[in-house]
Amino acid sequence: MVTSVPDPSQKHQRREHGLMLALVSPALLVILLLIVLPVGWLAWQSIYHDGFTLENYRRVFTEDIYWRSFALTFEISLAVTLIALLLGYPVAYLANSVPKGWSILILSLVVLPFWTSVLVRAYAWLALLQRTGVINQFLRYLDVISEPLALVHNTFGTVVATVHILLPFMVLPLYATMQKIPGDLMQAGASLGASPSLTFARVFLPLSLPGVLAGCTMVFVLCLGFYITPELLGGGRTVMVSMLVSRNVELYNQFGAASAVAVVLLLGVLLIFAIVSRFISLDRILGQK
Amino acid sequence: MTRISPARIALYVISTLVLVYLILPVLIIAPISFSSARFLTFPPPSFSLRWYQQYFANPAWMQATRVTLTVALFTVVIATPCGVAAAYAISQSKLRIMRLIHMMLLLPLVVPIIITAVGIFFVYAKVGLVATLPGLVLANVMLGLPYVVISVLAGMQSFDPAQEMVARSLGMNRLRSFFEVTLPQIKSSVVAGGIFAFISAMDETIVALFISGGQYQPLTKRMFTALRDEIDPTIAAISTLMTAASFMLVLAASARQKKAG
Repeated sequence: MVTSVPDPSQKHQRREHGLMLALVSPALLVILLLIVLPVGWLAWQSIYHDGFTLENYRRVFTEDIYWRSFALTFEISLAVTLIALLLGYPVAYLANSVPKGWSILILSLVVLPFWTSVLVRAYAWLALLQRTGVINQFLRYLDVISEPLALVHNTFGTVVATVHILLPFMVLPLYATMQKIPGDLMQAGASLGASPSLTFARVFLPLSLPGVLAGCTMVFVLCLGFYITPELLGGGRTVMVSMLVSRNVELYNQFGAASAVAVVLLLGVLLIFAIVSRFISLDRILGQK
Repeated sequence: MTRISPARIALYVISTLVLVYLILPVLIIAPISFSSARFLTFPPPSFSLRWYQQYFANPAWMQATRVTLTVALFTVVIATPCGVAAAYAISQSKLRIMRLIHMMLLLPLVVPIIITAVGIFFVYAKVGLVATLPGLVLANVMLGLPYVVISVLAGMQSFDPAQEMVARSLGMNRLRSFFEVTLPQIKSSVVAGGIFAFISAMDETIVALFISGGQYQPLTKRMFTALRDEIDPTIAAISTLMTAASFMLVLAASARQKKAG
């Protein structure tokens, strides 16, 4: 047995490990105190109130208002994800197939709104969509409509503004994936006699699927927790899960119920990440912003 | 001359429409902010700076602006060194646990922000940090850390650790070799990470809604409340200024990143 003989390289390595752990510790401490502890507290509060109770979860799963909100959130997130995919795919495809200068221009236009505050964009959509807003004025000017359309303070306005905010999260991973598809593959398909649409369907589309998955995951998950846009553009009728959480805290002081809703939402999000990370690496999804 | 297929034309048309949809809201705010009209009309009836005057003359907006800038500044000063140290350790250490720590540092991007906000509110309520400046700064440091870590880790990828070894074998100590050999080479990604943390703190709204109050309300919280009650074109003026500030910072950051290669 080799004991108590201090191996200098081992000692050196232990010092090295200690130093590395010391270097991560401030950041780790911030994360532990400001996100792990708060979320843990939330989880604890959802099951403990003068003794253990599952009352909060019973309410979340049986009461209509919670159920409807979860269903609505799911539907909106699904719709937003699909619309973002339909709008984002052509843009990413175009950016990938034009000369470099053009693709830089297209991508700049995509990320331009990325770095404007969500609040600013909510304001802009209100200005565009409200009854006296730009779009209604324009349509009335053209005599297309006689009465202003209800474009905002409803689910429609929420979806329009949410897709706008989340679209870059779709386009960027799509573009990154398409960039890696070798161009000769398409040429090979063409030289073997396949039509452009067949080459696209059989070669390009399948190879771009990892990007589709990464983009859809990010958009869907972000949409599940969206708060500012539905709150400002939903007109109080579009109650998404995040609004349920905030109302339970701010209006009704129902901390237990709010915590239970938050825990269910969080578990949903983590489950999605866990499933998706079996197919593509998490870095690929998160590394975009 | 190649023939342009109908599919290609459709692609151009759809993409153009999508790009217009993406940038139209960003472009519409500035003209509204320079309009003299009380209500939102487009095109604006006449040019005016009255909403900018209202913003600069209003003590509540000015106080909120001071809070936002103070918080963002402190956030950068604290989050950047913490994030750089962590990213350095994650990229250099062979410890298994570093993978887990790396994932944990990305948690703020994974957990829906509304959940983080409510959780922090509960904890702050217990320890008396609600409606305080330190409370606001700490929360923003947490939210900004992932940006610094991601940016610096990307910068470290192209850095050869052997260089630092050489410096140390030539007699520099660890700290000095980091500051004189490593840091100059990853400087661009450090600056970019810091700028992203600043923008993140400047734009942060949801956590502030729950934990800020009294005289320590940032601009975003006041804007949110104002937007919920009534649409006041003063917000367009503030939005235009915020957007301009963000863009300049992003341009600076991406110029930095490009230099980093």
